[in-house]
Amino acid sequence: MSSSTDTTSVGTNPEEGRSGVTPPARRVRTRSDSWQRRIPLLPALIFVIVMTQLPFLGTIIISFMNWNAYYPDERGFAGFSNFARVFTDVNARSAVLVTILITVATVLISLVLGLAIALLLDRKFRGQGIVRTMMIAPFLVVPVAAALLWKHALYNPEYGLFNGLLTLVLGENAPQPDWVGSMPLPALVAALVWQWTPFMMLILLAGLQSRPLDVVEAARIDGASEFRIFTSMTLPHLRQYIELSTLLGTIYVVQNFDHVFTITAGATGTANLPYFIYQTFYTAQDYGRASAAGVVTVLGTLIVAMFALRTAFAIFKEEGR
Amino acid sequence: MVNNPQMVDLQSLTAEHFTAETGISVNFTVLPENDVRDKISQEFTSQAGQYDVATLSNFEIPIYARAGWVAPLDQFIDEDAEFDYDDILEPMRTSLSVDDVAYGIPFYGESSFLMYRQDVLEAEGVTMPDQPTWPEVAQIAAEVDGAEPGMSGICLRGQPGWGQLMAPLTTVVNTYGGTWFEEDMTPEVNAPEFSEAVNFYVDLVREHGQNGAPASGFVECLNNLQQGNSAMWYDATSAAGSLEAPGSPVQGKIGYAPAPVMETDSSGWLYAWSWSIQNASEKQQNAWEFVSWASSKEYEELVGEELGWSRVPAGKRSSTYDNEEYLAEAGPFAEATRQAIESADPENPGVQPRPAIGVQFVGIPEFPDLGTQVSQDISAAIAGRMSVEEALDRGQRVAEDISERYEERAAQQ
Repeated sequence: MSSSTDTTSVGTNPEEGRSGVTPPARRVRTRSDSWQRRIPLLPALIFVIVMTQLPFLGTIIISFMNWNAYYPDERGFAGFSNFARVFTDVNARSAVLVTILITVATVLISLVLGLAIALLLDRKFRGQGIVRTMMIAPFLVVPVAAALLWKHALYNPEYGLFNGLLTLVLGENAPQPDWVGSMPLPALVAALVWQWTPFMMLILLAGLQSRPLDVVEAARIDGASEFRIFTSMTLPHLRQYIELSTLLGTIYVVQNFDHVFTITAGATGTANLPYFIYQTFYTAQDYGRASAAGVVTVLGTLIVAMFALRTAFAIFKEEGR
Repeated sequence: MVNNPQMVDLQSLTAEHFTAETGISVNFTVLPENDVRDKISQEFTSQAGQYDVATLSNFEIPIYARAGWVAPLDQFIDEDAEFDYDDILEPMRTSLSVDDVAYGIPFYGESSFLMYRQDVLEAEGVTMPDQPTWPEVAQIAAEVDGAEPGMSGICLRGQPGWGQLMAPLTTVVNTYGGTWFEEDMTPEVNAPEFSEAVNFYVDLVREHGQNGAPASGFVECLNNLQQGNSAMWYDATSAAGSLEAPGSPVQGKIGYAPAPVMETDSSGWLYAWSWSIQNASEKQQNAWEFVSWASSKEYEELVGEELGWSRVPAGKRSSTYDNEEYLAEAGPFAEATRQAIESADPENPGVQPRPAIGVQFVGIPEFPDLGTQVSQDISAAIAGRMSVEEALDRGQRVAEDISERYEERAAQQ
């Protein structure tokens, strides 16, 4: 829901949307009007709040409790001990690091690739529609199916396509690396990039197509080089689109569970926070600690998202002026 | 109930043979192993009483028994002379009891042993000792490595998971003199003996093990041995049924040796899918009738006659191994399986007293989590991404965390 509202707001002229300049008289009238218009929507709003915020509230409460299903007699208030455990646990700490690594690498690489592909697809050529549809396809594959595809059809050292290709090109004695075993994090990131590049491309392509071409034309007549047009006009224009795709991509990739679960099962140092929480919840049956780890993840995501956005805004504001 | 073939057979035979005779109708919920564990632990920890009987293993039963979630069975056993409880193999009885009170009845059981390609060893001029030690096995693995194109010397699990990599590895740790915890719950994960065992295992699988070792578990190794990609395999006795099944490429080519040892006399593990009756169940007598029938000699014979002897849920009764019809079909591995199960000692699997029952696991609720976390790091060591020392130091921290909670509990009492 939030993504659709975001995309529409991006479509408007940034100057108008940002400053929000409207005559004061009109603003007063719309305020009371709009509240009247909103009343019929209130039940839906309350429903959404109940459905999304109550579980989170529950998680916060449980995160302060001693609650392990195996020890029903010990259930009770635990203070901050669950949080203390999360921060002192070796595996929890590496899960935080792994989550950051996977997210930053995936988002950055798929952003760059997505931009490159979007620039190519922005040009007119025969079969453009088919190519665009095919480029989007990876994003439409169910994540767990995509992960299985990478694990078995591509990475498998015995019958995977990658090693088959090596044999095809280099002959019988071609090296047959164990992709997941020897480079687990890059293997995960590659599979994630495959899935997320189309998403980035889609948003950036939408941005490129809303670019006012007459201004570009004018710049070209003034003698600006293609590179200059790209850095001084296209990139600033894409600013909001890049911000949006980075933000949405980050929020989704931080939560990624399917790929870690399917491809490596958290092994060889690839357990990220969602996988760590899953393990604490289902294997250890420690609801208190799992909730504490969940709360930490949400807080971390919020802080990182805010920090990243501020920085991005600052950079682009300077460049845009 | 788990969706393993033996359980599905039971489901198909129940209405015709059990319900018709006793008038007790049985409703089943059948799920894959991981899901069934989650479902059962939810059901039993909350004592919901929705299920009367559940398939638990010798890992859960002592834990659940101490918590009072499963019903004691002694009275039922005493009143049911026909059931012949003493026929159940002794290690099973021990591992399914707490303070000499039985809480579970095995449906089928397994231990672990070393499976090897007799033809390959013979061609290389190598003989398998009657009771191999681990260094001897490593030596043989080196000699038969590459005996056929693409053939590794040995296949050993490297896939993370307390029930995957950790199961065979813990038996190696036991026989090297290591332990997860001392009797007083002092963690010993980075102790010299533990470390020596893990170093040995990791080196062996890195030098002479299968391709893709960090991701291979039971199924992958089974395939490797069947397809001629490995010459030896140390794993569950239950694998032999698949290796000797009609149509298997290695049928009749496999030799079976006891689990390799170092400091102990035997090192095979012990595992049994077993029946337990929920304490909150209101139909305990009927539940027992079902358990007694499903684990009886008559049921084994019923399966043998109706479905074939290779499908008999074996490994729990000594009388199974006197049954000539069963031996005719399971001959190559039957005796090795029985000996492996009988020599397992769930109370004293290593060289020092243990805090809880279990050979390839520690019978405490925290073990699945501990074993899984440590196995992830050891799997990384097999992949060459972490040193064994680092993996075990991290494991020790996780184990210390658990023992601290035990101390807190002890202090409160």
